[in-house]
Amino acid sequence: MEQTAPVREVGEQHGPATGLDHRKLLMWTFLGSECMFFGSLIATYLVYGGKSLVGPYPKDVLNIPVTSVSTFVLLMSSLMMVLALAAIQRGDVRAMRVWLLATAVLGITFLGFQAFEFRTFVLEGLTPRTNLFGTTFFTLTGFHGAHVMVGVIWLLSLVGYSLRGGLARESSLNVELAGLYWHFVDVVWIVIFTVVYLLGVAE
Amino acid sequence: MEHRLQRREPAHPTPFTYIKVAAVLGAITALEVVVFYMQALRPVVVPVFLALSATKFAGVVLFYMHLKFDSRLFSGLFAIGLVLAAAVIVALMALFRTMFA
Repeated sequence: MEQTAPVREVGEQHGPATGLDHRKLLMWTFLGSECMFFGSLIATYLVYGGKSLVGPYPKDVLNIPVTSVSTFVLLMSSLMMVLALAAIQRGDVRAMRVWLLATAVLGITFLGFQAFEFRTFVLEGLTPRTNLFGTTFFTLTGFHGAHVMVGVIWLLSLVGYSLRGGLARESSLNVELAGLYWHFVDVVWIVIFTVVYLLGVAE
Repeated sequence: MEHRLQRREPAHPTPFTYIKVAAVLGAITALEVVVFYMQALRPVVVPVFLALSATKFAGVVLFYMHLKFDSRLFSGLFAIGLVLAAAVIVALMALFRTMFA
């Protein structure tokens, strides 16, 4: 059961020889490169796993229940994002604005969880300079948090743009591109949650 | 420039489908926490967590990022990045784990 296919006007500046929009092609290429970026950070975390000479170690500080909740929050933000896209594709700009704001709020909530976690770790004696776990953990999750921050700014910019009348059904690609970025940030967290948190503590 | 062409995008799922996917994603996250606390599953925890994580990853990428419905070129571009990232992880693990061992 599928919705009516969205119709999009394609101007000459994005005139596609492939039949695909160049901006979307560029976004997927960028996301492919981001895979390699986060792959390198995850590899570094794994390579140095268990090599810390002093504590705190992952089992001492990682809080699975709290991080599970923040993971759930980020997953639900992806739902809000995709509902925003569905809204603009059927021409409902007001609903799109509401869903975009909800996505941004959940993104900010996730960042709040991360700030709480970082603060707790520092109070427990784990900083980026404490040991290899601290260095690789803060680098990996810090870069992910920075990506979430960029996503939140992007979403709020879209809300502001729509308030000035800049977004309509024909320009739904603007929302779709932001959505692709947002969902990518979500899937990166899915991997981090498993590799760093669940396996880091369970093993 | 009034020579604009109208392009029909691939059909996307309905909001109800998105909500069903979200329910599955939430349920898998809950299952991960349950598995984490089940001592009996400790010997198989690595493959179980990797499988659950891969399922969530696929759910978001296929349905929310629309790779299931969009051009295969997009899937290919993303897959190149994923394969290279996996290769980097495996190569570094093989190289440095051996060196440090």
